[in-house]
Amino acid sequence: MDVTVWLAGALRPHAGGRTRVPVQVSPGTTVGGVLDRLFADAPSLARRVRDERGTLRRHVNVFVGTTNIRDAAGLDTPVGDGIEISVLPATSGG
Amino acid sequence: MRDAILAIGTRKGLFLARSRDGRATWQMQGPYFGANAVYAIGVDVRGEQTRLSVGTSSEHWGPSLLHSDDLGTSWQEAVDAVRFPEGTDAALARIWQLQPAGADQPDVVYAGAEPAALFRSDDRGRTFTLVEALWRHPTRSRWAPGYGGECLHTVLPHPDDPDTIVVAVSTGGAFRSTDGGLTWTPANTGIETPFLPEASPEFGQCVHKIARDPVRPEQMFLQNHGRTDSAGVYRSTDGGLTWTPASDGLPHQFGFPVAAHPHRSGTAYLFPLVADADRVPAERRCRVYRTTDAGRSWDALADGLPAAPHYGVVLRDAMCLDQGTPAGVYFGNRNGEVYASRDDGDSWALVAGHLPDVLCVRAAVLEG
Repeated sequence: MDVTVWLAGALRPHAGGRTRVPVQVSPGTTVGGVLDRLFADAPSLARRVRDERGTLRRHVNVFVGTTNIRDAAGLDTPVGDGIEISVLPATSGG
Repeated sequence: MRDAILAIGTRKGLFLARSRDGRATWQMQGPYFGANAVYAIGVDVRGEQTRLSVGTSSEHWGPSLLHSDDLGTSWQEAVDAVRFPEGTDAALARIWQLQPAGADQPDVVYAGAEPAALFRSDDRGRTFTLVEALWRHPTRSRWAPGYGGECLHTVLPHPDDPDTIVVAVSTGGAFRSTDGGLTWTPANTGIETPFLPEASPEFGQCVHKIARDPVRPEQMFLQNHGRTDSAGVYRSTDGGLTWTPASDGLPHQFGFPVAAHPHRSGTAYLFPLVADADRVPAERRCRVYRTTDAGRSWDALADGLPAAPHYGVVLRDAMCLDQGTPAGVYFGNRNGEVYASRDDGDSWALVAGHLPDVLCVRAAVLEG
């Protein structure tokens, strides 16, 4: 299935300048699985979103559609075909 | 000795000052990495090309390590170079120190980290490995974060002995290895802990910074978290095994930085603050204190520094010297001012003002 990851401006230089990155994943994939696929060829992007343990950084928010994954199942939040995932800086961090 | 560089790490990015007239005037460049705090700068003059390394911290996007081999024209990120391995259940929060080893180890660079850990690179900063023995030190569980976080902020390789290294942790104290990092021993004998019930425990000291005397490497100077009723500055003449107070002539015992002269043994510099509960410059004056007799006495240096009441605090890594003759001495403060001396500290001039608060400075003369 196909999902799209929308990246905040500060992340785009680490994704070839792209705002929206299409990612192809298997049905039943979670947010974590989408990010794994997205980050496979983008290590500097990966480390800005998750630390070396794989934990989402404290002041980074990830939304599936309009749902903050911290209000769902975190990185285990399931994703559906055609969904857009947004990666954004939180207002708390700056 | 006409060309020199002064790297200034601030809460909001890195600034580079260049001098091409013998450190008389400085031209500012930057900021680089503007949304990032720069807590660590390494200036590595061992190779054919001077390498600048910086540890940046973004509140959103975490820490990064970058290198420049063209004095800041271009930067290469060393992605994941400093990372905690699986099994530690830790993640890098910040790089606090980037320290090239001695000239006899041209590819070795150390990184001090938060949470408190030491990393070693054998490829000039491209990759690093956690120094496991210190991470697993039996005292570690009783180290505690200071106000700035639990960090390893000081790394002092021995210039003549690649196996000997001293580090300092806030708050855990100083630790010493003489076998290349395989084993570590607390190195705090004699250092008081006025914030603990024990007068001088084996570890747990709030060592703010240590400077090694490059001419006489077994001699070191230490700025401790001192109070009015305890010594704040110490000297060791045995490589850190024991410490004795060296604060006669200082107005106060508290402060953060200490820096040693590159050529004149026994000469070191401090910026005393009133107290931990009153973190302003001693006597509300912007003054550096210098010893030229290995800490037996200290004199205030004020020529060229502001005479009016002043409140600019100098943090632990915000004072440094270059390797010139006479030496350049530099400090920055949390008011965003950077001052420089090109005569061993005898006189001073403002390099830059109105910067974000200064976290660290490093400088080097670039040609002989």
